Amino acid sequence: MKVLVPVKRVIDYNVKVRVKADGSGVDLANVKMSMNPFDEIAVEEAIRLKEAGVATEIVAVSIGVKQAQETLRTALAMGADRAILVVAADDVHQDIEPLAVAKILKGVIDAEEPGLVIAGKQAIDNDMNATGQMLAALLGWGQATFASELTVEGDHATVTREVDGGLQTIKVTLPAIVTADLRLNEPRYASLPNIMKAKKKPMEEKTAADYGVDVTPRLQVVGTAEPAARQAGEMVGSVDELVAKLKAAGAI
Amino acid sequence: MIDFTPSEDQLAFREMAEGFALNELRPNAIEWDEAKHFPTDVLAQAGALGLGAIYTRDDVGGSGLGRVDSVMIFEALAKGCPTIAAYISIHNMCCWMIDTYGTGDQRAAWCPKLATMDTLASYCLTEPGAGSDASALSTRAVKDGDDYLLTGQKQFISGAGTSDVYIVMARTGDAGPGGISAFLVEKDTPGLSFGANERKMGWNAQPTRTVNMDNMRVPAANMLGAEGKGFNIAMSGLNGGRINIAACSLGGAQAALDATVAYMRDRKAFGKALIAMPTLQFRLAEMATKVEVARTILWRAASSLDAKAPEATTLCAMAKQFVTDECFNVANDALQLHGGYGYLSEYGIEKIVRDLRVHQILEGTNEIMRLIVSRSVIAEN
Ligand SMILES: Cc1cc2nc3c(=O)[nH]c(=O)nc-3n(C[C@H](O)[C@H](O)[C@H](O)COP(=O)(O)OP(=O)(O)OC[C@H]3O[C@@H](n4cnc5c(N)ncnc54)[C@H](O)[C@@H]3O)c2cc1C
Repeated sequence: MKVLVPVKRVIDYNVKVRVKADGSGVDLANVKMSMNPFDEIAVEEAIRLKEAGVATEIVAVSIGVKQAQETLRTALAMGADRAILVVAADDVHQDIEPLAVAKILKGVIDAEEPGLVIAGKQAIDNDMNATGQMLAALLGWGQATFASELTVEGDHATVTREVDGGLQTIKVTLPAIVTADLRLNEPRYASLPNIMKAKKKPMEEKTAADYGVDVTPRLQVVGTAEPAARQAGEMVGSVDELVAKLKAAGAI
Repeated sequence: MIDFTPSEDQLAFREMAEGFALNELRPNAIEWDEAKHFPTDVLAQAGALGLGAIYTRDDVGGSGLGRVDSVMIFEALAKGCPTIAAYISIHNMCCWMIDTYGTGDQRAAWCPKLATMDTLASYCLTEPGAGSDASALSTRAVKDGDDYLLTGQKQFISGAGTSDVYIVMARTGDAGPGGISAFLVEKDTPGLSFGANERKMGWNAQPTRTVNMDNMRVPAANMLGAEGKGFNIAMSGLNGGRINIAACSLGGAQAALDATVAYMRDRKAFGKALIAMPTLQFRLAEMATKVEVARTILWRAASSLDAKAPEATTLCAMAKQFVTDECFNVANDALQLHGGYGYLSEYGIEKIVRDLRVHQILEGTNEIMRLIVSRSVIAEN
């Protein structure tokens, strides 16, 4: 079975995010970029399926600026077999919206015909949590989102989902879309020899136009603001004083 | 033009090593130091990532990378814990020595398992009576049929007691460097024993012990390289070893500097953040400059070793002395800028200072580095 894993290049989770002076978004110039952490989990899960003899080939796909090839190299170094880069923007600040990404992925999937797609549940830059669901709708496939456990048997997958207040286990018929949650696995590091080998793995380059998709934004960002700065704390001398302060503040 | 831009591969190596250092080493570093715990399980994890044999050839399981790649990787590892990074560097040096000077059989027998770090190695040159003047070593290796009998004592051996294989420099001939040969000695060899784990200032997450050899029988087939070449082999290993140790100082200093900037943003005195004080800003500028100059000479020395340039030994000695001295000073400044909190172990800075201190002493003291540099300066003029 072929497994397809979409991966997104996002601002590194360790970077202290700065808002652009004009408030139009986050400043991405000269900032460390990495693979979206949920996508790393998705890649890891695909590799484990391959190691278990369930998957036969792993194809990583990234949609965005040309530099996303670095993200794909990471996926290849971790263990994906080949990569497809769909260049859809030339400005690092242009985000491709979930619907456009889902449409392009549908085009890739129509051509590749994977038996399973594992995506991250959301990207940590915009936190949209939409691409996997939209893709399932466009394809008419089943979806199992927020997966914390995945097993594949024959023509279906059993997925444990992290839902509000607990876990839900569902069965989906393949092909299907699974989106990875944090606890699905702990992604591996790419070893030095595998980083070297990744260079020799095939990476195909496409454009959004190849799939007939118009990536013009449909959403307009009205403003972007930093979270409010943390207020200075106050030291209290006793529990009584603490209770009095909390009461005065209307907190209890 | 000289290009100092790391390649895409180098960025990927560094990113992996830094991820490993920050997630697997840093959260445990203070605890390992206090408990004097040598985390062999974590070393095996590093081995699985190709970090045990970074510049060993790939036909025996090495990662086949160069020396510039290696110093970038050791700097990244040391950001998590200089002590563990430094042990990994010694292990790498041993693996490279076997790869470079070993017979086909020796390479095949040792390098693959050293590469995974399921098997660990130690380098045994220093003796109680021969430190800086290592070529005066007195451990004897006497031929006895198809074997050698080794008797003597090695001092300050990193990893000793835990390591599975020991590269021992011993005297097979006359006094002086030409009478020394190198041997591969397995841990369970009868006649081999180890002293107590030394109590020391830093480097507590790896053991340091004496290695005692009493009529220890070693097959002649375990000689590494030709008879009488042991000292040259030991020194050529150290060229790379020195820049790797220097890279460990650089990573420690960079981590201390980064932590200091973050600390100074939060800490207030006289009504404003430390970071806003011009005199302290100047101190930060000096520290950052030292770290960057250190990185530059380190990459230059590493690249001379990759190019097998004749001046490599001198450049490696310059880099070892300069980088380990200046990075120790940067770490010590970082401690100062943390005020009293820098002196508490919880902040991790005093540990970096203690760990980096020994890099000025081992793999050739920084006085011996000056001796090497001065000899070449004088010879050239
Ligand atoms: C924690 C630790 C781990 C170590 N690990 C290893 C290991 O794994 N394997 C190994 O073989 N060794 C190891 N060493 C030993 C280390 O390499 C030696 O300590 C070092 O080479 C110095 O030798 P010495 O201690 O005998 O000092 P000495 O040689 O006695 O030197 C004392 C002082 O005199 C100075 N000095 C000596 N000769 C000269 C000269 N000609 N000109 C100017 N100054 C001079 C020295 O620089 C030093 O300051 C380790 C040491 C330590 C502390």
